[in-house]
Amino acid sequence: MKLLHKLLGWIDARFPLTATWKAHVSEYYAPKNFNFWYFFGSLALLVLVIQIASGIFLTMNYKPDALFAFASVEYIMRDVQWGWLLRYIHSTGASMFFVVVYLHMFRGLMYGSFRKPRELLWIIGMVIYLMLMAEAFMGYLLPWGQMSFWGAQVIVNLFSSVPFIGPDLALLIRGDFVISDVTLNRFFALHVIAIPLVLVFIVIFHLVALHEVGSNNPDGIEIKKHKDADGKPLDGIPFHPYYTVKDGVGVVGFLIIFCAIIFFAPDMGGYFLEDNNFIPANPMKTPEHIAPVWYFTPYYAILRAVPPMFGSQFPGVVAMGVATMAFFFLPWLDRGKVKSIRYRGPIYKIFLTLFVISFIGLGTLGLLPATPVYTLIARVLAVVYFAFFLLMPWYTRIDKCKHEPDRVTSR
Amino acid sequence: MNAIKKLWMLVLLIAVPAVATAGGAEFHLDKAPVDLEDKVSLQRGAKLFTSYCLSCHSASYMRYNRLMDLGMSEEQIKKDLLLPEGTKLGSTMQAAMDKEAAQQVYGVAPMDLSVIARSRTPDWLYTYMRGFYVDSSRPSGWNNVVFPSVAMPHILAELQGEQTLEVERYEGHEINKLVLAKPGSMGVAEYDATIADLVNYLVFMSEPAKLVRYKLGFIVLGFLFVLLMLVYALKKEIWKDIQH
Repeated sequence: MKLLHKLLGWIDARFPLTATWKAHVSEYYAPKNFNFWYFFGSLALLVLVIQIASGIFLTMNYKPDALFAFASVEYIMRDVQWGWLLRYIHSTGASMFFVVVYLHMFRGLMYGSFRKPRELLWIIGMVIYLMLMAEAFMGYLLPWGQMSFWGAQVIVNLFSSVPFIGPDLALLIRGDFVISDVTLNRFFALHVIAIPLVLVFIVIFHLVALHEVGSNNPDGIEIKKHKDADGKPLDGIPFHPYYTVKDGVGVVGFLIIFCAIIFFAPDMGGYFLEDNNFIPANPMKTPEHIAPVWYFTPYYAILRAVPPMFGSQFPGVVAMGVATMAFFFLPWLDRGKVKSIRYRGPIYKIFLTLFVISFIGLGTLGLLPATPVYTLIARVLAVVYFAFFLLMPWYTRIDKCKHEPDRVTSR
Repeated sequence: MNAIKKLWMLVLLIAVPAVATAGGAEFHLDKAPVDLEDKVSLQRGAKLFTSYCLSCHSASYMRYNRLMDLGMSEEQIKKDLLLPEGTKLGSTMQAAMDKEAAQQVYGVAPMDLSVIARSRTPDWLYTYMRGFYVDSSRPSGWNNVVFPSVAMPHILAELQGEQTLEVERYEGHEINKLVLAKPGSMGVAEYDATIADLVNYLVFMSEPAKLVRYKLGFIVLGFLFVLLMLVYALKKEIWKDIQH
């Protein structure tokens, strides 16, 4: 014990180990009234670790080669010890990453976590979300099934609709005139090195920014307003041990769901692993119905809902881009007097509900073939989606807010 | 660049109408009685698969010795499946027929069946293998209710017999019905049971890990539930002193 203490002292003289632990864990004061919705931040971090760990072992057995990729995945599923488990952990983890991140973002929308002073925290989070989409998209090409190939084909072709530079841009992404072995190799490189590296860094930035401004809470009020004589927030409790054990409960609860999927329904009825992706990629045979994986479908539905203009798909691509980027502007679009939905008036509640309906509705439509009726519904929902953002400065200002409490409440 | 664009247009022009017709009228799919616990059925399916399907199709991700998961011994695999002399048990299942020769005969190379039960559902396979009917307009003389204009002939016709497709009019609707015109060596129930064995085997072959996955899942979930109770108790204990 004494020796350990000495060792710690030796390290602390050379590296701020104890200081870092205190600042970010044992003496980071978080509001004591976190509810269910506050599990998803730590869970997102957990899934990131799961993805990196399982990914390393998959990389040891996977071959990024158009001739061998599909076979190497089956080799992992059959001949590699526990390979099937690694693969299902990774494929389920990809979908669960988005489940957790979407719920994490929804938490932000409910409690106004993007509002001052957390604007930069929110923006860093949005960058993580965009990076995650790129990571998932490139990873999906690797099994080299029909959906991998044609999904990538459709998405990369979107870039070729950009005026003037489009075709060259698509060529730059693919490295070839069609999705090919070259594309597979570069997507592999980006998927296993470039993007994960960036992701880890911006996740660290996200945490540093969070610990600088402090966590929001379901009441949307600042706990730093009321401090005791030592300068500790009266409504704050140290992250460790209180939230480490509470998040531990969340982690085990999450793992129960996660493992139930891995062991009992890894394809999730075709939503996590699509049936057509068990057919090797065939550039000469277009599948009857190409649908992206579920986490991209809200944006895919928006893309299809916008009719081509001047013979170009570009307006749809722009709409899709704006739909993802709109979140960035939330801190400045929201003019409400309070942050939390608990003290907002009915108008924000209605708009947020409509937004959730439009997001889920578009996500469902994006999975289905585009019939005239579905396209009409998608257009209505897309208008609702954009109205949530565009009208926000107006409806948050006129909304009748309730009085915020002075101290945090628990319910 | 232009030549490639033209090539793509050509591909699309050929692919789109083909896809449009392939959709066609949906035939009701029968429920496949899949039961991976039934090792005897799986073994029967394996024998049927190697003696019929492997003539033209390969299962190139499936190794023969994986059949030991079904309780077969090395001797049984060699003897019951009539492996050619010198076939190593660790080798993968290759088709007896040469791929190019098959392409010549059928116009398409027979697809690999390793993961067929994942790209097609078990119900589809069960209905498909029972859905062949005589159609003189087809080059092979056969057609199928769930796969119109299929290139594959009815390999199991000697077992099932020959079916014809009859159209019945019912309250203004046309209903397609398969009728057994010429019985085969098996009765209807026996043939259905044989196909059930085959589909059962195909499901196993598509994912051999399925045999252990569910059992392991219960153990893992059991552990996690116990862990959840412990972690929850710990949380309660530590949070005792927090005033709400």
